[in-house]
Amino acid sequence: MAATGSTSARSILPQIVLLTAILLFCVFPFYWMVTTSLKTQLVALSQPPQWIFTPTLGNYAEVLFEDGVGRTMVNSLIVAVSTTVLAVLLGCPAAYALARFEFRGKSDLWFWFITNRMVSPIVLALPFFLIVRWIGLLDTKLVLILIYLTFNLPIVIWLCTDQFRSIPYDLDEAAILEGAGHWRIFRSICLPLAMPAVAVSSIFSFIFSWNELLYAIVLTRNDAKTAPAMAISYMEGYSLPYGKIMATSTLIVIPVLIFALIASKQLVRGLTMGAVK
Amino acid sequence: MAGSAVSRRTLWGFIGPAILVLAAVGIVPLVYAVYTSLHYFNLTNLKDQEFIWFANYAHVLTDDTFWAAMGRTFILLVTALPIQIALGLMIALLLHRPGLTFLKTITRLGLVLPMATTYAVVGLLGQVMFNIKYGVVNQMLGWVGIAPIDWIGDPDNAFVLVIFWDVWQWTPFCALILLAGLTTVPDEIEEAARLETKSWWTVLRHIQLPYLVPGLVAIMILRTADTLKLFDMVFTLTRGGPGNATEFISLLIQRTGFRSFDQGVASAQAVVLLAITVVLSQIYIRIFYREGP
Repeated sequence: MAATGSTSARSILPQIVLLTAILLFCVFPFYWMVTTSLKTQLVALSQPPQWIFTPTLGNYAEVLFEDGVGRTMVNSLIVAVSTTVLAVLLGCPAAYALARFEFRGKSDLWFWFITNRMVSPIVLALPFFLIVRWIGLLDTKLVLILIYLTFNLPIVIWLCTDQFRSIPYDLDEAAILEGAGHWRIFRSICLPLAMPAVAVSSIFSFIFSWNELLYAIVLTRNDAKTAPAMAISYMEGYSLPYGKIMATSTLIVIPVLIFALIASKQLVRGLTMGAVK
Repeated sequence: MAGSAVSRRTLWGFIGPAILVLAAVGIVPLVYAVYTSLHYFNLTNLKDQEFIWFANYAHVLTDDTFWAAMGRTFILLVTALPIQIALGLMIALLLHRPGLTFLKTITRLGLVLPMATTYAVVGLLGQVMFNIKYGVVNQMLGWVGIAPIDWIGDPDNAFVLVIFWDVWQWTPFCALILLAGLTTVPDEIEEAARLETKSWWTVLRHIQLPYLVPGLVAIMILRTADTLKLFDMVFTLTRGGPGNATEFISLLIQRTGFRSFDQGVASAQAVVLLAITVVLSQIYIRIFYREGP
């Protein structure tokens, strides 16, 4: 690339300004979230907003030890990890079949999996609520773990099907000549080679489940309440505890941001279901 | 394409569990939603569940509130999406230019943050930052001499705020997808074109655009689906208000089902929304994922 002539000082300064502006635009809300979480209610409600103040961890102590945000985070963690593990266990063999076997109705099955990603959660939340209430499983983690599969399973299946298809078929054929069955080939040859896709789809599955709100507020009350559902329960009442809301938000967001940064190279691929690499 | 015919037992062994589970959590509820939508079904009066044929659908399809919410959802899509694509493209082109590697890497990492953030938290952050009295945004506007704006309390401003916040969260997504597209343009072709012309527009239009098409289609599919799904961020930011200025389709269905307790009508709304979603996604998918597995 013509990196020397065109990138003179004249054109580099506007670039630096623009890039910094974009970066600030993306990051500033997080700065404000964290600083607000370190403010007492008195400071948070001062007019105009204060940029320099004495930080306190009081909000964190309060939300974690008095309001039980810690317990809801444990719920979120259990739900997100369980649904991710289930999605991988169910999704990997299915992806292998889609990539390796020929059978009738394959493309219809493919369309059905994709459509699951498009459906609004409220469409499933209404009947799921009635069914779950009827069997008496309302406010249990199991229900969330199962319903989150509606978006996690498609992700795992897509990304892994893609990866299985990129594994040369010669490997399978050699193994078949050796007398290995399909399960053997799947477990000992293809699955180890597909580990990158398994890892990436697990991270996505975890992020989406951890972030989910609508099912959580419809299907849980207390025992199985997740962290995002807890965060919005502060919104009731007249005077909003800004510091506590932002402390809870910070606690919720930190793990997903870490995961997102780890998977940043794959993020686009995951969010577009492998359509863009 | 290598593929093998296998016995039905092996096939079901691999794919059966996934199909069964996804059918149990994805299709059984839908069947039940259709059942509910054909009944009078109110959570406050569960004794009285009468089969009323298509009365709920007749109500929904002639209901101004329903079409207003659909209309709002559509307006949000056609205003936010072009802004996201245009800004995203500009950011992608900027990041694609050579030089300043370190700053560009940092910026790319910064772009990852908004779209991974819990949608509910994005809404809560909006509440804090755009508050008329304590919000930092009005403070900043004050620095350049603009009087405080009632972002959340005024119907028109609240709608603009939702657009703005959606743009904040999803422009980076468009930028990164389009940047991925730009990097697929072979270097020789791009260099040859740049020797021919100095205009970035000509290069974009004639050289880069074909490589951006898959990404653009993916953006349109996913943003359409996500706008029809949009709930968390608006619920935590405005609760659909003031009035119903920001009541998008998912919020309307949630209100009908869980705040008015009219599950029959809400299910009918949900089934109509589902029909629209399926039609749209089939069109999109057939255009885009043509090749299939």
